[in-house]
Amino acid sequence: MLYREAGDFKTSYASDNQTFPIRGDRMAYWAVLAVAFLVVPFVLGDYWANAVVIPFLIYVIAALGLNLLIGYTGLLSLGTAAFMAVGAYATYKLTTAFPGMNIYLVFLLSGVVTAAVGVLFGLPSLKIKGFYLAVATLAAQFFLIWLFTRVEWFYNHSPTGQIAMPERSMFGITITGAAASSTAVYMTCLIFVVVMAWLARNLTRGTLGRTWMAIRDMDIAAEIIGVNPLIAKLSAFAVSSFFVGVAGALMFGVYLGAAEAGEAFSINKSFLVLFMVIIGGLGSILGSFLGAAFLVVLPVLLKLLLVDGFGWPADLARHLEVMIIGALIIVVLIAEPHGMAALWRTMKEKLRLWPFPH
Amino acid sequence: MLDSQEGYVTADGRQIGGVVLELKNITLRFGGVVAIKDISFDIRKGEIRAIIGPNGAGKSSMLNVISGFYNPQEGDVIYKGYKRPKMAPYKVSRMGIARTFQNIALFEGMSVLDNIMTGRMHHMKAGFLAQAMWWGKAQKEEEEHRAAVEKIIDFLEIQAIRKTPVARLPYGLKKRVELARALAAEPQILLLDEPMAGMNVEEKEDMSRFILDVNDEFGTTTVLIEHDMGVVMDLSDRVVVMDYGKKIGDGTPDEVRNNQDVIDAYLGVAHD
Repeated sequence: MLYREAGDFKTSYASDNQTFPIRGDRMAYWAVLAVAFLVVPFVLGDYWANAVVIPFLIYVIAALGLNLLIGYTGLLSLGTAAFMAVGAYATYKLTTAFPGMNIYLVFLLSGVVTAAVGVLFGLPSLKIKGFYLAVATLAAQFFLIWLFTRVEWFYNHSPTGQIAMPERSMFGITITGAAASSTAVYMTCLIFVVVMAWLARNLTRGTLGRTWMAIRDMDIAAEIIGVNPLIAKLSAFAVSSFFVGVAGALMFGVYLGAAEAGEAFSINKSFLVLFMVIIGGLGSILGSFLGAAFLVVLPVLLKLLLVDGFGWPADLARHLEVMIIGALIIVVLIAEPHGMAALWRTMKEKLRLWPFPH
Repeated sequence: MLDSQEGYVTADGRQIGGVVLELKNITLRFGGVVAIKDISFDIRKGEIRAIIGPNGAGKSSMLNVISGFYNPQEGDVIYKGYKRPKMAPYKVSRMGIARTFQNIALFEGMSVLDNIMTGRMHHMKAGFLAQAMWWGKAQKEEEEHRAAVEKIIDFLEIQAIRKTPVARLPYGLKKRVELARALAAEPQILLLDEPMAGMNVEEKEDMSRFILDVNDEFGTTTVLIEHDMGVVMDLSDRVVVMDYGKKIGDGTPDEVRNNQDVIDAYLGVAHD
């Protein structure tokens, strides 16, 4: 009964255009933000922070980025992990070259570097689409990882071939390195997630987002009504890669601390982010959150239930996880191509009418 | 033949201006197939110009030449007095030529409102950062153009479906939304490719009324392809008739109706 739009009249286009037109949604949104900023940092333990919450936040950014590309612009990419690696290595190179630079700025600049690389690998999208484009982005995955493992300059000639994040702090709070508290890391990731989700929402509801979706839904018609396909596609690659690059920078900078391209950013990670986007919901900001949450939480839950609860061997639980995810992808693609976000939307529509069926 | 600057007055008393767009000796080939063979005609400001002819006559190809999607091998497109160079379709659309499609080409995943807003794209100038921040110019612009789009929504009587995803709409409404999207661009020339195909009588009447109202209210020059002869003869000021890529008739509906070539190729005679 509370969840109604009846009587909630909009008197300006601004209020009609807002992200959450229904008051209940708006309140829920502010409540979630308040809990995330004011409650979670004080109750979050190290285990949950490192196993669930921080990876979730980082994957949200990556999933948002990939969703802008696949879900909003309809360009399939399998090179997500490689672009995350670009962000990670850019962070490493920037912060070792300019140790005094503000670490948040380093993360953002890493995103910018990744955006440039993304545009470069997005060029084939002007001529090819669908699976052919996916294969072209697969080339990015293999080429970039090869580059980062073969060219010593990228890892400052370190004998292990790894990059390791030095300790950096802001306002006296250690943010990266082994000494960083999980609260500081959590807050860093949260700030980036909130700001980037907000940016993604703004971009997708404005002119640029409409040109992206026009390209996705019918590229020829889009061109005839005035969309410049070059700008639409390359801007999608740039923005998407920016997001993915920042996710990679955070993954390396605040979460892993040390990384080796071939291991930390393998093709499996590309697929993981792709599955998040598909299960969560193509073309939905909320879907990126839901998909990332689901695929980060699922292995932890399975481990808690099967290994700790039933005493099964850990490798069996791992295999089961892969099978469940595989089955889910198929079920989602057949039953609900728009993912968990669409389920949520259907539920809300039902709720709006409740207790009446129509 | 009329002079290119001079206008004329239509049967219902509307003043038609000079030539806006002139097609001069257009020939379009696809490999060995000649889709359009040496066709010339002009389109005058404010008129409703119909292109008719049997299926496969090259009418849609002609529209595609005007909208810049096909580049003819020979001949010139002269727009507002200047020869139009070969250019990408999106640039042509920015010069004020909007169109609808024979098989509806809406963006199915977007709402009606968003579809129509895409039509206004060239009028929106906010930069990337302003859009990303949803701040200043971007937000103001969005509201201004929303107001303009709402006018079109009112005009075409589709208020009730403005937030509906296009994929859920029935055929007739989709055609109307497509017209709305083209109108949102505030075009100098509006190209309509079979706007009434597959509609019932009532829907055809509605659509005819909208086309006339658009022409009347905004003075939009309209080029129309249509098979329903009743509609064509009622709506249009001048008609071009094509057959096998050639122009076989050009003139007012009455002239065309009595042209023996046109009767033989397309109209036929009533058997009673």
